Amino acid sequence: MGGRPRAVTLDVRALGVRGVNAWLHGEGQAAGGGRVEIVHPDGAHNLAVGLDADLDVEIRGHAGYFVGGMNKRARITVDGSVGWSVAENIMSGTVRVRGNASECAGASGRGGLLVIEGDAAARCGISMKGCDIVVGGDVGHASAFMAQTGTLVVCGDAGAGLGDSLYEATIYVRGRIEGLGADAREEPMTASDVTRVEALLRRAGFAHAGVEFKRVASARTLYHWHAGLGHGAY
Amino acid sequence: MCGIVGVLVKRERARTQLGTLVVPMLACMDARGPDSAGLAVFHDATPAGARRMSLFAPDRAYPWCTLADRLGADLDGTATIVAHENLAVATSSLAPTAVRAWIETHAPAVRVLGVGRRMDVYKDVGRAPDIARRFDFARLAGTHCVGHTRMATESAVSPAHAHPFTAGEDFCLVHNGSLSNPHMIRRQLEARGIRFETDNDSEAACRWIAWRLAEGDDVETALGRALRVLDGFFTLLVGTAEGLTLVRDAFACKPAVVAETDDWVAVASEFRALAHLPGIADADIFEPRPERVYTWAVDREP
Repeated sequence: MGGRPRAVTLDVRALGVRGVNAWLHGEGQAAGGGRVEIVHPDGAHNLAVGLDADLDVEIRGHAGYFVGGMNKRARITVDGSVGWSVAENIMSGTVRVRGNASECAGASGRGGLLVIEGDAAARCGISMKGCDIVVGGDVGHASAFMAQTGTLVVCGDAGAGLGDSLYEATIYVRGRIEGLGADAREEPMTASDVTRVEALLRRAGFAHAGVEFKRVASARTLYHWHAGLGHGAY
Repeated sequence: MCGIVGVLVKRERARTQLGTLVVPMLACMDARGPDSAGLAVFHDATPAGARRMSLFAPDRAYPWCTLADRLGADLDGTATIVAHENLAVATSSLAPTAVRAWIETHAPAVRVLGVGRRMDVYKDVGRAPDIARRFDFARLAGTHCVGHTRMATESAVSPAHAHPFTAGEDFCLVHNGSLSNPHMIRRQLEARGIRFETDNDSEAACRWIAWRLAEGDDVETALGRALRVLDGFFTLLVGTAEGLTLVRDAFACKPAVVAETDDWVAVASEFRALAHLPGIADADIFEPRPERVYTWAVDREP
């Protein structure tokens, strides 16, 4: 029986963040693939950032800010919670958080998939530019603020100001929406929306039905300057 | 950027460990605030009528015993002093207002950092690990404590501008963030006769909340009102005789993480400051929500 290949174990307490990242960028990248286990993260920032290799990275514990930032190709799993800006500017690959994420999860992500199995705090998916984000629980206020392209799927509730100043990203929310931001509006779910949500849910490992979600997108009223608007105020 | 830490121990036998719990937390948050650091510790109360006064002198070899002797002789009382370099805690039955007035006249270099029956305050400019070592924070016992590491953004780096700020008795505040209306708050309070010691924005928050407490608000009500009055960014951690209270502004762009076990509750700006606490693996860990007031009270035997 083959089973999974044996993982290389990197101990943050012994190697420090620089040592762990140097191994990932050096030997890890040179190996061209394989499994890496990172132990004792102890909330350290900047773990497994900027990877560009076909690696499976498993972080055993809570990680700090920017974990999995700028990720390309690698599949990173955090078996715990994460601080601010997990998978910030993700390019491709997958970052999965088994616990909760703090603010700005997936900020400005350009591609790939970010899965947060628990809750994400404020500004989840802020300025996302093409990545997909699936959150198993709730998202905090100002999520998908100025999001440009990509998809944010929220299986729980969304906080106030959802999708404020949204461009062409699409948001799907299964639970309650505390409030929509400027220029964000709820739109009818089409058959293609249902297909799109269910495909993402399957990739993320959730079993909800697509029809349970609401679609939020840009009303596009902020795209052009309306010179006549607000004259009455002066 | 600044760093905030706080610990409240729930079991009486663990009170001797308060200092050893908080020192690594404060040292870890040095990265968020490398210019000044401070800690306020709450103990068992002094006997009724007696007060603890935390004192600062610019000179690390300040003659604290001489000060205590002169103060006792002039005011016809006694003051016992426990000193570490340029900081000292004086315990005395003399009225705090009389002691403060005497210090202003006879020892103008000395400043009062805090007054109360339970609270001692230590703060100075410098790196958090150095300050923890200089004042031997690891030795400190007590029910709860509030600490801060400062990266100044809006007013000078000086011992007086370091946190925690105090006002009234057994009340202190640490702040991560910046306020945009501290001058307005200050003018309103000064019109009520409340004196300020610095031009720091956090001092305005401290004195405003202390004023509400003096007006009869409980700490949760006062911090609930502060959410409406303070304009800006803030995570505030407040220490009182009763315990710790935490609040974040509506934007919540200044971080905080809380961890709680049966033995303690700990607050820090970042999880990594909590990662080494005993029992953290089984702790309930959460991020406080914006605009919600969280309070943890010391469980005292009646």
